[in-house]
Amino acid sequence: MSPTPDPKKPASLLGPVVLIGAIVAGAGGAFAYTAGWLSPDRLTPDRFLTALAPPSGPAAGHRRNHAKGVCFTGEFVSNGAGARLSKAQALAAGRYPVVGRLNLATPNPMAMDASARVRGLSLQISTPDGQQWRMANITAPVFAASTPASFYELLKASGSKDPEALKAYAGAHPEFAGFGAWAGSAPWTESYAQDRYNGLNAFLFSDASGASRAVRWSFLPTVEPVASKPDELGKRGPNFLESELTDRVKAGPVRWKMVVTLAGPGDPTADPTKAWPEDREKVEVGEVVASAVQNEPDGPCRDLNFDPTVLPSGISTSDDPFPAARSAVYQASFDKRTAEAKAYPATNPEMSK
Amino acid sequence: MTATVDQVRETLIAVHRPLGIAILILALLRIAVRLVQGAPELPAGMPEPMKLAAKLSHLAFYGLMIAMPIIGWAMMSAADYPIVLFGAVHLPPIVSPSRELHAALWTAHAGLALCFFALILLHLAAALFHALVRRDGVFQQMAGGRAPAE
Repeated sequence: MSPTPDPKKPASLLGPVVLIGAIVAGAGGAFAYTAGWLSPDRLTPDRFLTALAPPSGPAAGHRRNHAKGVCFTGEFVSNGAGARLSKAQALAAGRYPVVGRLNLATPNPMAMDASARVRGLSLQISTPDGQQWRMANITAPVFAASTPASFYELLKASGSKDPEALKAYAGAHPEFAGFGAWAGSAPWTESYAQDRYNGLNAFLFSDASGASRAVRWSFLPTVEPVASKPDELGKRGPNFLESELTDRVKAGPVRWKMVVTLAGPGDPTADPTKAWPEDREKVEVGEVVASAVQNEPDGPCRDLNFDPTVLPSGISTSDDPFPAARSAVYQASFDKRTAEAKAYPATNPEMSK
Repeated sequence: MTATVDQVRETLIAVHRPLGIAILILALLRIAVRLVQGAPELPAGMPEPMKLAAKLSHLAFYGLMIAMPIIGWAMMSAADYPIVLFGAVHLPPIVSPSRELHAALWTAHAGLALCFFALILLHLAAALFHALVRRDGVFQQMAGGRAPAE
């Protein structure tokens, strides 16, 4: 007996099933593409973390770069001079709590303090309106690479066993010369307090009228730098920067002046290897004051991600591609190190969250 | 968890948070409507295992649409990030900062996200199966129209 033909059912299942399969595979494929599963060459946060790691692998529980550091607390004393540039509350005259971290650009949390050419100052400024301004500044006056992709190449070249790799990178990237010259010739100081820290990336300040302009910022020491040499500093012990800072802050707060530089017409904002001309207008907007120092294992900076895209309204990212890339990589680093907390125990569990 | 370091990431993340909160609110509204009005009956001719699968998938969808935004919100809170919806509009933290809690919530958010997308693909396949193979009116109900008369 033949089945009664049903006008509602398709004559063959093959067509519909193939169509359904194709649609579902297309949607799944779009997901796989977005996740980067089909693009092994795409620059992902994880590839940056791999390139940052030393040959022995990353130090579990620690930041993947700038792994060695010390926490401080204090405040940002805004003088109000920046209020005409940005409506961010941190730039209105007042005193706002700060959690900071002075650190060394190394993936090794046990590195000798005298071994790190680049030092860093990371800050979180909190304002009563509930907003935050996070940033991570370094001692170099310009960045080493002009794009995240080029920085990735530099990391690969630095980590390469081939001694010619770095030379080849520098040859192919003349923009590396500014950073290279600074690293080769700038004096090393004997204190975190004596260093100047630069934001390097261009951000946009927007004022109450909505007008916006590109800026870069720096933190200038308020004590006279004492020039030294790495082999001289190496004799002071592996953690001399941390102990020096602790002693110094015990004797009195340490301050850095925050200076904002306004871009002139045509100044490059998308390339942190390019310094702006020295004669650009500079506005001193306040001071960062470090009034207490805490060891990182128990300190308040330990579990803070100084993501440079955490900005209050009135400050936003520009066409500089680095803050977004840094945000992605810092977050991947944060996600990994919080999952590895057991490998980096607090020394005083009562004090740590 | 993004798979790019490109500037587009900033936009994606900025959309992700308000989108998640919008889904949370809409899912709660949808549940309220469903509790009051009920849901359309499945066709009488549908096999029982298929009906069960449909009901369980709905339950999973509601669970995920509510759990995912809350897990993400709690994860941001545990990481001590400001939770920006747009501009100066922030959400308050719902848990205290904790690295262990952040790690657990991150794992849950990432793992459930994959389950969620797999469920969406399954749902899409089932909807098309109703539309193209069974032709039983379920797809028309899903799409918002009325089921054709039996």
